[in-house]
Amino acid sequence: MTKPIVVDAATFDQTVLQSKTPVLVDFWAPWCRPCIMAAPVLEELADEYAGRMTIAKLDVDQNGEVAAKYGIMAIPNLIIFKNGQPLSQIVGYKPKAELKRALDAALG
Amino acid sequence: MINNNYDVIIIGGGPAGLSAGLYASRARLTSLLIERGLVGGLITESELVENFPGFPEGISGLELGQLMHQQATKYGLETLLAEVTGIELSGKQKVVKTTKGDFIAKAVIIASGSERLKLGIPGEEEFTGKGVSYCATCDAAFFRELPVAVVGGGDTAIIEALHLSKFTSKVTVIHRRHQLRATRILQEKAFSEPKVEFQWDSIVEEIEGRDSVKRIRLRQVKTGEKSALDVAGVFISVGIKPNTAYLKGTLALDAAGFIITNERMETEIPGIFAAGDVRYHSARQAITAAGDGATAAIYAEKFISE
Repeated sequence: MTKPIVVDAATFDQTVLQSKTPVLVDFWAPWCRPCIMAAPVLEELADEYAGRMTIAKLDVDQNGEVAAKYGIMAIPNLIIFKNGQPLSQIVGYKPKAELKRALDAALG
Repeated sequence: MINNNYDVIIIGGGPAGLSAGLYASRARLTSLLIERGLVGGLITESELVENFPGFPEGISGLELGQLMHQQATKYGLETLLAEVTGIELSGKQKVVKTTKGDFIAKAVIIASGSERLKLGIPGEEEFTGKGVSYCATCDAAFFRELPVAVVGGGDTAIIEALHLSKFTSKVTVIHRRHQLRATRILQEKAFSEPKVEFQWDSIVEEIEGRDSVKRIRLRQVKTGEKSALDVAGVFISVGIKPNTAYLKGTLALDAAGFIITNERMETEIPGIFAAGDVRYHSARQAITAAGDGATAAIYAEKFISE
């Protein structure tokens, strides 16, 4: 089973921005309950989209500079990166079907 | 082991659903709880729950949810992570449709809870995630040493204002009435916190900014006087709306979408019960939701055995 990968300030460039496939980055923090609530859905998506889309998690508490660079002011905050650029963004806890629509749009 | 035939299916894993699960499984009913995210419900957003009896030092909402789930699971409650998309009736049976297939039950207890209401004003949608937030525990840390506003006057609004006062430079509570609805003990805390200020009898008409929120436009409801307040964040806490969209056409809902029940938590359809925040005129507390859940399970057992 493919799981979400953990990225941080040091690995962000290579893992996310240089990726050949689109990457969904989950900006989250341990104090954020809706982020914890979204985690199992992201695990399922990591498995379902394995090979086509990478699902990555970035702890904004540990990596404030990356969060600030992308103007994160609310979490959970999901940004889909394609060719090193933010393509779309989803703020707040959303049902799986809505996340899948965003992922499919990014792949389409 | 999830099969697809149960005595009782409980939709939603907050205090109402978990208490229903505890009572149903101890009644030796085969019981399945379907939760879309995290067991515990909206209470998991509370850092410290101080009004649930039995925890004199308070307990984190997340831990309270986990303990309730553990207790119900001990007696046989099963849990499925899925989203319910509808309920259909097939003779006496209820078919609960989910993103992971159909499940059949003799009785259903709807405890799918609620989510935050929006204000519906210009700028709110545009700046969501850019200064507009519906979760102070999630987002307070992004507003260190900045001025913010909290819109609302209930328990949640005041708890959020107090939480924000630990991070921000100033918190202005904007409330449309001249006094708070929040519990007295919370009011006392807020009034004695120097960083928390109040703007009474006022509503927010518009949220403005560029890349992120810069100010809000206010109107005093009694005098009609308009003013502006410079803030970097707006935390909206003006009540809840029930998670009942998947029930449209199945059950009678009131104008706001809440489910109408009698004192036994029975809806208009025999064998379908509702408990907690989804229910019309709920007191919206973890403890009252738990009470609703227990009541619903007791009458669900009676319904099944008759």
